[in-house]
Amino acid sequence: MKHSGSGSPRHPGHLTRRSLLASAALLITTGGARARVVTKVLPWDPNEAYPVVPVKPGGYLFFSAAEAAAVDAIVDRLIPTDELGPGAKDAGVTTFIDRQLMGPFGGHDWLYMQGPFAAAPLPSQGLQSSLTPRQQYRQGLAALESYCKTSFGGRDFVQLNADEQDKLLTGMEKGDVTLPNFSSKMLFSAIHANTLEGYFADPIYGGNRDMAGWKLVGFPGVRYDYRDVIEKPNQAYTLPPVGMQGRSAWGPR
Amino acid sequence: MVRRLPRKDVVIVGLGWTGSILAYELSRTGLEVVAIERGPWRDTATDFNIGTAPDELRYAVRHDIFLRPKQETLTMRNNPSQTALPIRKWGSFLPGNGVGGAGVHWNGQTWRFLPDDFRIRSHMLERYGEGIFPENHHIQDWPVSYDELEPYYDKFEYLAGISGKAGNVKGRIQPGGNPFEGVRERDYPTPPMQQGYAQNLFTKAASGLGLHPFPRPSANISVAYTNPYGCSMAPCTYCGFCERFGCANYSKASPQTCVLPVLVRQPTFEARTECEVTKVNLSGDGKTATGVSYVDAAGEEWEQPADVVLVCAYALFNVRLLLLSGIGKPYDPASNEGVVGRNYAYQTGSGSTAFFEDAKFNSFAAAGSLGVAADDYNSDNFDHGPHGFVGGASITSAHTNGRPIQFHPTPQGTPNWGSQWKKAVRDTYQRVTSVSAQGSVMSYRNNYLDLDPTYKDPLGRPLMRMTFDYQDNERKMANWMADRCDEIAKAMGAKTTQVNRLVGPWSVVPYQSTHNTGGAVMGSDPKTSVLNRYLQSWDVSNVFVMGASAFPQNAGYNPTGTVGALTYWSLDAIKKYLKSPGPLVQL
Repeated sequence: MKHSGSGSPRHPGHLTRRSLLASAALLITTGGARARVVTKVLPWDPNEAYPVVPVKPGGYLFFSAAEAAAVDAIVDRLIPTDELGPGAKDAGVTTFIDRQLMGPFGGHDWLYMQGPFAAAPLPSQGLQSSLTPRQQYRQGLAALESYCKTSFGGRDFVQLNADEQDKLLTGMEKGDVTLPNFSSKMLFSAIHANTLEGYFADPIYGGNRDMAGWKLVGFPGVRYDYRDVIEKPNQAYTLPPVGMQGRSAWGPR
Repeated sequence: MVRRLPRKDVVIVGLGWTGSILAYELSRTGLEVVAIERGPWRDTATDFNIGTAPDELRYAVRHDIFLRPKQETLTMRNNPSQTALPIRKWGSFLPGNGVGGAGVHWNGQTWRFLPDDFRIRSHMLERYGEGIFPENHHIQDWPVSYDELEPYYDKFEYLAGISGKAGNVKGRIQPGGNPFEGVRERDYPTPPMQQGYAQNLFTKAASGLGLHPFPRPSANISVAYTNPYGCSMAPCTYCGFCERFGCANYSKASPQTCVLPVLVRQPTFEARTECEVTKVNLSGDGKTATGVSYVDAAGEEWEQPADVVLVCAYALFNVRLLLLSGIGKPYDPASNEGVVGRNYAYQTGSGSTAFFEDAKFNSFAAAGSLGVAADDYNSDNFDHGPHGFVGGASITSAHTNGRPIQFHPTPQGTPNWGSQWKKAVRDTYQRVTSVSAQGSVMSYRNNYLDLDPTYKDPLGRPLMRMTFDYQDNERKMANWMADRCDEIAKAMGAKTTQVNRLVGPWSVVPYQSTHNTGGAVMGSDPKTSVLNRYLQSWDVSNVFVMGASAFPQNAGYNPTGTVGALTYWSLDAIKKYLKSPGPLVQL
C-alpha cells in the first residue's frame, strides 16, 4: 500500500478521471493505482483542480466526411436555424457529438456492459443493448445511408429535401421505418439526445456555439450568483450568458 | 494473497455523512478509527472548483461524481415472476461515490419525519382499524419515537446549519413555520432561504385554499454559519447547481463542509480511499465480526481487523454487504421469512405542471432546497377515512435549477423536435413552474432486495437484485395528491396545467428519487428486522448499520434528516457498547 507523500501519484483516482475527461481514451485503466491513505491533513495540492479540455472545432475525430454530413443534416432538422436563431448544426452540435463519441461516453466506458444481454427486456428495465454509442452511430448511419439509397432512388439522407427528411425522421422516431439490420428508433434516440446535449451544454464541449441554446431560452450560464435575481422576483434577466470560458465579448480565449 | 493489517478499534465502511460523523465523534475520544471508502477523496476547492463545477453535461448528464455502474450496479424487475436485468445506466436513482457520498450531490432538503410516522402501524390501526392497510403490506412501527430522536435531529440540523422556520417550539405553534411538525426544542440554526416568484404565488394560493405553507428546511444555507465542530459555511448564492453537483461555495452542508476539515486532524483517524470493502468477516460461530476484507485499486486484498464494524455505505450497498457477509437471515418472499432485504421502499412523485400566460420565474436562480411546502396532506395530518390509502405527501413549489439540457419543458402535444418544438421551448422556459407531491411508500411482501443469480460485479460477486413496483395504495395516494397539486397550481393563476400522475410500472429510466430505503430495517422483533433500536445487528452485536436502509417504510419526506438523527442516536449506543460490549437490547 502506498501512502501519501511516498512519491506515488497524489491522486490516483483523480488522475484516472482526469485522463478520461481530457483525452480520447477508449479504455479505463487503473493499472498502478493504489489505495491512498489520508491522515492528519486534507489531501489537496495548491491549484489542484480537474478542468475539462476545451474542444477545438475543426475536422472530425470519429465521423467520416459522409457521416458528419449526414449528422449535420439530421441535427439541422431536429433543431433548425430559423427566425428564432441558430439551430443545432450552426451551433456546432455535430462537432460536439464527434468529440463526445471519442470520450468515455462513446464506449459506454462507465456503464455496466457485462452480459448476458436480454433479447426482450421490459421497457421498465431501460438500456439493455450491447451497442456502444460509437457502434450505434457507425452502424446506424450506415444503415440509414443504405435505406435512403434504396428507398429514394439512389439519394442519401443529405440529398433529400427537408420534407422528405422530416417524414423519415418522424418514422424513425416512432420506429416505423425499418433500416437494414439496425433499429431506426435507436439511431433516432441517440442523435436526438446528443443533439439536445450539444445545443444546451457549455460551449466548452464544442456545441452551443455563441451560446445559441442558452440565448434561445434565456439561461445565463455559469454566473453562479443570483442573489440579486432572487431579491427581485418576476423581473426579466438582462445580462448576457457566460460560459466556463467566459464569453466572446471578453476577447478570444 | 490477503495481507492482514494491525487491528483498529473501529472500522467504518464508507465515508459519507454517517461515516464521517461517527469517525469524528469516535476518534475524538481517542479511539483508533479507520474509514475505508471505495471512491476517491473529494474536496471543495479541487473537485467542486468554481471554474469547473457548474457543468451540466459533465455532472448532471454524464454522472461524473456518481458511482459508475461498471463498478457496481443492481439488477431490477418489477415483480418476482420476471427476470431481473442489470441497471446498465443510472436513471431512476443516482447513488453517490467517493468521500462525502450522496452528501456531496444531494439537494439538501433536511426534514424531520412526523411523530405519527414513527408509529404508523399503531396509529393507523387505532384511528381507522385493520381495514385501512393495503394487501400484503409489511408496515411496522419504528422501534424509536419522535420524542426520543428530537435531540438528535437537533444535533444534525446544527451540524449542517439548516435554514428553516420552526413551526412548533416546545409546543407553541410558530407563525410561518410548519404547524404539523413534531415539538422541537429550538428553532433552526439559520433563517429560511429567500424564496422566488413561484413560491410567493404558491404561498398565497395555498393559504387561500386553507393550507399551511412554510419555507422548507434547507441545507443550502441562507447566511454564513459556523457549526459546533468549528466548520464554517458561506451563504448560498442561488446558483442552481446543487443536485448532481458538489457545491463550490461551501454553502451546501456536506461531509466536506461540515465534518472532514476537523475529522482529518484527529490523530487517531485514517481514511483509505479507492478501497472496496468486500466482506465483513465473522468469527467461527458467526456471532462476532472480526473486521473487514477489502480490495485496493490495484486489486490487492487486505484484511483490516477491528473491534467494531460500522456499516456506513449508501442504503442499498449496506444491504448488499450484509447479504455478502452472511449477517442476518436473507429475506425470502415465498415463505415470508428472513429479514435482510425485506421492506425495501422508495418514494412517489406526482404533481402538476403550471404554464403561465406571462411570468418570469427565473428558475435558474435557485437552490436544491429552495421551496415552499405544505404538510396538510402528509402522514396522517388529514382524515384518511374517505380515501382508502395509507401515507401522504409533502406538497411543494420549488425551483431547483434552470439547467437547459434537462430543464426545457413544453406543453403536452408539442412535437419533440423541429421549429415548433424550438418555439415552444423558448416560449415556455420562463413561464413554467410546478407544484409537486413527494409521497411515502409503504413496505410490502414482494418489494425486496436479494442477490442476483446471474449478474456479477468486476470482483465476481453477485449484484444485488431489486424487485420493486408501486402498489395500488401508493398509486391511489400519489394520484390523489396530484389533484391537490393541480388545485393549487390553478389557484396560483396558471393559464393551463398538466396533471402528472403515477402510471405504469416503476421504470429505471426517468430520474425519480435517490431515496432508496429499507432492506436492513430497525425494529423491535428480530423476525421482522435486521437491527435493534440502536441500529445494532441482532445477530452480530459489534456490527452497527447506519443509513436509510434502517427505515421500516418510507415517509413523505427526503430521508437525510432522519438518517443524520439516527446516526447521532446510534452514536450514543455505540459508546455504551464500547464500554460494555454485547447486545444493547435483550429479548
